[in-house]
Amino acid sequence: MQFGIFTVGDVTTDPVTGRTPTEHERIKATVAIAKKAEEVGLDVFATGEHHNPPFIAPANPTVLLANIAAQTERIVLTTSTTLITTNDPVRLAEDYAYLQHLCDGRMDLMLGRGNTGPVYPWFGRDIRDGIELAVENYALLHKLWREEQVNWQGKHRTPLQGFTSTPRPLDGIAPFVWHGSIRSPEIAEQAAYYGDGFANHIFWPKEHTQQMVQLYRRRFEHYGHGTAAQAIVGLGGQVFMRKNSQDAKREFTPYFDHAPVYGGGPSLETMTRETPLTVGSPQEVIERTLSFREYVGDYQRQLFLIDHAGLPLKTVLEQLDILGEEVVPVLRKEFAAMRPADVPDAPTHASLLAAAHAERNASEPTIVPSRD
Amino acid sequence: MTELVVISAGLRSPSSTRLLADQLAQAARTQLLGADVSEVEVHHIEVREHAHAIADALLTGFPTGALADDLRAVTEADALVVVTPTFQASFSGLFKSFLDLVEEGTLRGTPVLLGATGGSERHSLVIDHALRPLFAYMGAFALPTGVYAATSDFGGEGAAALERRIERAAGELRTVLAGNSIRKPKVDEFADFTPFDQLLGSIG
Repeated sequence: MQFGIFTVGDVTTDPVTGRTPTEHERIKATVAIAKKAEEVGLDVFATGEHHNPPFIAPANPTVLLANIAAQTERIVLTTSTTLITTNDPVRLAEDYAYLQHLCDGRMDLMLGRGNTGPVYPWFGRDIRDGIELAVENYALLHKLWREEQVNWQGKHRTPLQGFTSTPRPLDGIAPFVWHGSIRSPEIAEQAAYYGDGFANHIFWPKEHTQQMVQLYRRRFEHYGHGTAAQAIVGLGGQVFMRKNSQDAKREFTPYFDHAPVYGGGPSLETMTRETPLTVGSPQEVIERTLSFREYVGDYQRQLFLIDHAGLPLKTVLEQLDILGEEVVPVLRKEFAAMRPADVPDAPTHASLLAAAHAERNASEPTIVPSRD
Repeated sequence: MTELVVISAGLRSPSSTRLLADQLAQAARTQLLGADVSEVEVHHIEVREHAHAIADALLTGFPTGALADDLRAVTEADALVVVTPTFQASFSGLFKSFLDLVEEGTLRGTPVLLGATGGSERHSLVIDHALRPLFAYMGAFALPTGVYAATSDFGGEGAAALERRIERAAGELRTVLAGNSIRKPKVDEFADFTPFDQLLGSIG
């Protein structure tokens, strides 16, 4: 199982010091956080994509991820999410394939529709077409990575005639794709149809996650990609930890109260009870995270949000130390012990390449030696 | 089993909004049972009790706990009785916020008995000018008779007329749910006129 962090890239005033980091500081801090994530032994770093303040997570995540790739060796780079609705699928095909080459296959991506109304018209789209855009754009992206000569016609972009997106994916293997959605059954169905991964579980109650994951698993099996238990599921989560629970709550409360994602809303207690947010001791985070398995089954990837709401860089790096030293090693062991042998790991470039080779060898005619 | 859900958005206790909601629910129940509906279950929702949860849900995007249960009850109801106080010539903000949390399209076809209360008779059209367009948008089946009660209607001369409006609205709900027509038989006023001594008598 993979463990990592994701960022939404918000520039938020630190409610304790009253200081607002500059965009430049925040961008540099994001790179420092990603490097630290590798250093403490995490497997994945993910960045969001936004086009509106206070979120300066890059309008083009591939730029950030390529920069991080150049400064790291092991960590898998991905998105949380890449906007499949307002980006041109041709650009996505080319940008992410290029990133794939630069980082030697150490990447995948998560697609999402985006939930900010005005972003759609800014890019000449209409939010009412959100699902349609997600379906059509991904159908094209999927094709561009798998076919050299693409003839295509759809409703939302100029038709393509004899088009080849460049560069071609590394080793002819398309980057692995996750589809993220809070509550649209169409997206769970889309992920299942393609045999792609499905991701959910950040700011909403577990019942929603459970419904969506169950639908995805059931349909994954229906489309013949494996059993329901073998479907590829990723979960989000948010944590803030200190050695003892009370200190964690006291320190995090002002940040919680001012966070762009839930400031001024429900109490910390309510959000902790109703959503994956966990504020407490490392042990509490371990127990809570292990409990996710009870309602989604064995899953492949767990990402935590740890750097938002104006938390200072120093604090975020401390959180990474706790994650790397005290939490993730225990989670790795516990999850592995419970996982049946036929549940796969999250696909990597190497595993997809091996599978492609195996398939090619299987389809070659076997020479039967004559017996005389 | 007919599930009647009553949404009452009064803020005080006791509240005239709740009082009207109770009377409407009771009248509807009696009418339905009289029309051979074997069982009527009435579920009351006091919007006031969810005030904080409603604000939270608007900010987070999801309702929780008792609010989520009541929102589910609304979408699963066979019919609704809704009563709001009149604030600034319209439904109350809390009432509207509660309805803002009802999933798009889930009230389509649900019969709704509209009710409102207010400080004076001069707000009577709040039902037709504010509530009716709202429920029309939601695709609900609003009954023709809406029941507005001004404070003065709870006693004195207006009380009897209020009672008649309650009965008429409850009868319309019965028509919709039990197919038991509220339409009066056609009257030929030339064959069935009122004798003069009765006309004199009614003057008292």
